[in-house]
Amino acid sequence: MSASNDRPIATLSARPGITKSPTGIKGFDELTGGGLPHGRPTLVTGGAGSGKTLFGLEFLVRGAQDFGEPGVLLSFEESSADLADNAASLGFDLPALEADGRLVIDAMHIDPAEIITTGDFDLDGLFIRLAAAVQQVGAKRVVLDTIEVLFAALDNDAIVRAEFTRLLRWLKGQGLTTVITGERGREGQLTRFGIEEYVTDCVVVLDHRVRDELATRRLRIVKYRGSSHGTNEYPFLIRDRGLMVWPLTQVALAYGASDERVSLGVPRLDEMLSGGVYRGSTVLISGAAGTGKTTLAAQAVEAACARGEKALFVSFEESPEQILRNMRSVGIDLRRWVDAGLLRIWGERATAFGLEAHLDGLEQLLDDVEPSVAVLDAVGSLTHVGEGAEVSSLMSRELDLLKTRGITAVLTSLIHEGQPESSSTAVSSLIDTWVLLRNTESDGERNRLLFVIKSRGTAHSNQVREFRMSSDGITLLDVVVGPQGILTGSARARQLAETEAAEAARSAALEQRQRAYEGRAAEVEVEIALLRERLASQRAELDGLATESLRGESARTAVQESVALQREPGRSPAPSTENERGA
Amino acid sequence: MTGDAPATPSPDPDGTYHMRLYVAGQSPKSVRAVENLRRVCEEHLPGRYEIELVDLLENPQLARSDEIIAVPTLVRKLPEPLRRIIGDLSDTEKVLVGLQLTKDRVDP
Repeated sequence: MSASNDRPIATLSARPGITKSPTGIKGFDELTGGGLPHGRPTLVTGGAGSGKTLFGLEFLVRGAQDFGEPGVLLSFEESSADLADNAASLGFDLPALEADGRLVIDAMHIDPAEIITTGDFDLDGLFIRLAAAVQQVGAKRVVLDTIEVLFAALDNDAIVRAEFTRLLRWLKGQGLTTVITGERGREGQLTRFGIEEYVTDCVVVLDHRVRDELATRRLRIVKYRGSSHGTNEYPFLIRDRGLMVWPLTQVALAYGASDERVSLGVPRLDEMLSGGVYRGSTVLISGAAGTGKTTLAAQAVEAACARGEKALFVSFEESPEQILRNMRSVGIDLRRWVDAGLLRIWGERATAFGLEAHLDGLEQLLDDVEPSVAVLDAVGSLTHVGEGAEVSSLMSRELDLLKTRGITAVLTSLIHEGQPESSSTAVSSLIDTWVLLRNTESDGERNRLLFVIKSRGTAHSNQVREFRMSSDGITLLDVVVGPQGILTGSARARQLAETEAAEAARSAALEQRQRAYEGRAAEVEVEIALLRERLASQRAELDGLATESLRGESARTAVQESVALQREPGRSPAPSTENERGA
Repeated sequence: MTGDAPATPSPDPDGTYHMRLYVAGQSPKSVRAVENLRRVCEEHLPGRYEIELVDLLENPQLARSDEIIAVPTLVRKLPEPLRRIIGDLSDTEKVLVGLQLTKDRVDP
């Protein structure tokens, strides 16, 4: 087998030398770095109903429709009509492609009951038919579905094997990119007749398993010569728009980052997050039962719709009507947004489908609604569907889906009381902002606290807030810190009352002292007035005395004069008192 | 290979076997098949057989329309039901079984 191949169709490839033919199957080409090995056969094997025929059909149809590569389908199992029906279920119109000359379907009728083999033979009839069909449309792609039927029908294994080898050689020689489907064999065998030994370039195994009553499909690339490829089992899904494979780590974290902040609808919460969360980021609201996760998420939806943006609310727990009613009871009227065509509420049981169907459904919803904000309530429900690793890989794909579209995502996650503060689905590393709601129990009541645990690229508050829901919606309150730690609910009210009472007592005391002072001041005033009065009366007394003495003086003068008069002739006699003085 | 039609020997109105032998060119297998078929028919169906030889290299479209995968293939068109015998017909026993000409031996 030559390593060089200069066919026109070449896509991104791990190494030079291998060119690839895109299958057009969503996810598969990313997984293989471009598709199936060009010009070589690929074996696609799986049990009954694993989707191998559809894989081949899509490979052919996409080739004819999208990549300009006409194809030939040799079917050994189903009639043309059945094939057309099957393809129609994926949205492919086989008869139209046939009429266009882009596809030939040759359904080979093999009925082992009417066949007997005797002696030597070869499969020239098959070769002739195939060659004619390839020539008819200038085919570049061939699907053989399922060639193993030949092994069962023609009871000469040695010849069929030899002819099969010759067929592969012929296909390679013609440069035809071929898909050969095979039936899964028993333990360890990839195919029932061991044809994987002959198809050495690329082997894909499809699996359809049922676990816990839920069916999941898996795809694995067992071998891909000359190319790197993902070796994991990848979930895949048969949808009405073709197959889809989800590479686990497909998205190379290449989404943009917006600087725009969007409100979560609770002003105080926005404040805690320096103005909201970044547009296109992912917010996780986790908390125990009844902490208000759904309500907080609904508030974000309300805010988005109020801004005139479209929103999607996916609930795994409640029906749309239930959500509308419950949110109305806390003052969030979502119905008007539903009526206005801005909001789509989608309710489905997580267990209704497998994880992949769920993811696919989400993608379809996102296509339909084109929301700027999407709520998934609650992601923990998905753990009922799959196991831990599966669920978290699903989550990462879902978040990738949302991020690549620039959708601000709000997820809620249930934490069981007493569980550590990790989210049950281990998605915390995938999210940008993590808000934790917690119940506190004290004084016979339950109250809610809100914490911002992390918020990437945001200076966020370290404060705990009390989270209150009422018929007016959500309010956040500063918590009151008392001697026993933070206080909420009635303890908070009590603490506030106590503080108030102490305050009142203090002001009463002050008032009392004030009054006492004022009383004293008044007393002092009175005293001062009294003293003044006394002073004044003394003054008056003094003044009285002064006048008196003045009068006495003049009297004495008069006496003296009279005495002198008496002692001297011509003078009038002085009073007697003046006598002593004069003595 | 016996689960099918009851092995009633087919009493045909005129008793003639209409058969087609598909080959691809003049390969040794083809030649052997033609020879083997002639021999068997002469022995077991003298004068009651018609063989049409079809070379798929000359008429490739017949491969599809007549549902031929392997060559050589002998198709017994009449009497009903249709039977196909794939191979160079070297095992006469099997050919007789395939053509349901083993009336002496089959029925228990």
